[in-house]
Amino acid sequence: MKTLKTLAAQLDVGQKTSVELVRDYLAAARADSGLNAFLWQDEEAILAQAKASDERRAAGRAGQLEGLPIAIKDNLLTKGLPTTAGSRMLEGYIAPYDATVIRKLKAAGAIIIGKTNLDEFAMGSSTENSGYGVTKNPWDDSRVPGGSSGGSAVAVAADLAPAALGTDTGGSIRQPAAFCGVVGLKPTYGAVSRYGAIAMGSSLDQIGPFGRSVNDVRLLLEVMAGADPAHDATAVGLNQPAKTVNDLREITIGVPKEYFGEAMEPGVLTQIEQTIERLRQAGATVIDVSLPHTEQALATYYIIMPAEVSSNLARYDGIRFGLKVKQAGSLLDMYKQARTQGFGPEVRRRILLGTYVLSAGYYDAYYKKAQQVRSLVKADFDRAFEQVDVLLTPTSPTTAFTIGAKADPLSMYLADVNTVPINMAGVPALSLPCGLSNGLPVGLQLIGKPYDDFMLLCIAEKIEQIIGFTEQAKRSETI
Amino acid sequence: MSEPLSPADIEHVAELARLVVSAEEKEQLLGQLNDILDFVGQLQAVDTVGVEPLSHPTLGRPNPTQPDQATPSGLVLEELLSEAPDYDGRQVKVKAVFTDTEAA
Repeated sequence: MKTLKTLAAQLDVGQKTSVELVRDYLAAARADSGLNAFLWQDEEAILAQAKASDERRAAGRAGQLEGLPIAIKDNLLTKGLPTTAGSRMLEGYIAPYDATVIRKLKAAGAIIIGKTNLDEFAMGSSTENSGYGVTKNPWDDSRVPGGSSGGSAVAVAADLAPAALGTDTGGSIRQPAAFCGVVGLKPTYGAVSRYGAIAMGSSLDQIGPFGRSVNDVRLLLEVMAGADPAHDATAVGLNQPAKTVNDLREITIGVPKEYFGEAMEPGVLTQIEQTIERLRQAGATVIDVSLPHTEQALATYYIIMPAEVSSNLARYDGIRFGLKVKQAGSLLDMYKQARTQGFGPEVRRRILLGTYVLSAGYYDAYYKKAQQVRSLVKADFDRAFEQVDVLLTPTSPTTAFTIGAKADPLSMYLADVNTVPINMAGVPALSLPCGLSNGLPVGLQLIGKPYDDFMLLCIAEKIEQIIGFTEQAKRSETI
Repeated sequence: MSEPLSPADIEHVAELARLVVSAEEKEQLLGQLNDILDFVGQLQAVDTVGVEPLSHPTLGRPNPTQPDQATPSGLVLEELLSEAPDYDGRQVKVKAVFTDTEAA
């Protein structure tokens, strides 16, 4: 299996150069054009990065990710490269600086192997809402890859890149990771600097990694995490684990019953229950817990997120950057034309909803109420973590759904029921593939204590060994 | 919760959001937004007496702040300006904010 770890070993011993490695991935992407994972891949520019990396290695200056290709969700700013956030509003926009995470990846020697497709401004759960076409699931191309970081999940699942970055506001890393059978982590809110991430919901957004193993995700998090006091104050860093987990017998796992609702497919339930049974057999203590405000968390999210969206997207006025509207009459007409032409229907819908819940007369009834319920959602997690080391749930109630199946906005929103509460509380969570249902991957969500992301990864790695998914069910073997 | 959104509400909100909504779109939005508001309306049933609002997850650590000091950004002015539809020298050009008829 081509993990970052195995590829790094090949580069280290000189079995392969970064240029050769990158050529292989670019050839794979060319051959697999139907999935629409990438929005931008300039082969010459990418090979130039790989050549520079090989030179650094030869000079004895290899970084932690030296020569390894990483795909980047197109809502993260990459200096000198297009950055569209999947929106026609930013068509042709060239980022004038690197996001902090990109700067850190580059400093560690990583190669930016392309910018990946997403739901416009990261708003969606399927990567159908991009201004640049639908991305397809490599397990079944009549199905969605999940979203909004669908392009990044597909790049890793289809072996077009060994790892990728995404962003997660309500599940946008974990749900596509689950649908595509890869590992995806949403770090603790404040673990990773958001400087240079195109903002959606600023009290919820977090950048995180996709990989083919828990270990690869940890490798990326080690590089990405930490404050960036020179640029902003969006991150505080993480705890180093106080201890390592050698045995699942040391671990108490909580299973919250609210995450096993009516919408859950029987095939997903079977996989999750079998996994829980195997963890029990391996010696883990598994107990039932309750997070009573789970259902309200989704309603809370669909007030707070659009409110923040309407504020964050006010900056797209067609004046300093973005869609260029020249024939408009007054200044106000110009704003309206740029915003109406530049934004797609889902983005406009969320801006309108957010504007409404923040408008005079409705603020207390919606926004303030939602913030109060948010306190209760967070308190649920605080209480649960007094009893358990980690919480275990299905990442999504279903496997990947068919393209076009959720045309009604509310039905799409309900798909986020198991991932949204985690962003409301700010705690870290990852999705780990745990089996197949009707030939499609099922994701297991593990939720950890705040700032203990490395401990969460440590526990996840033990669970990954027991599941053994990566060995038994690679996509290439099932089709 | 309260009354459903009316077509006039949509027009008002669109104006606040600096968006134009076509007649056809308004019809569709009316149904969709009312469905969503109906769904989020379940929060009214939650007892929140005495509960502090949470604006962002603080997670037990002090909120980081930046010193209020100007430092070089490293950004190149020309690169920033080149993204604007129109500019002149070091300045972005915009339409007149005030016109003769509505001078403030």
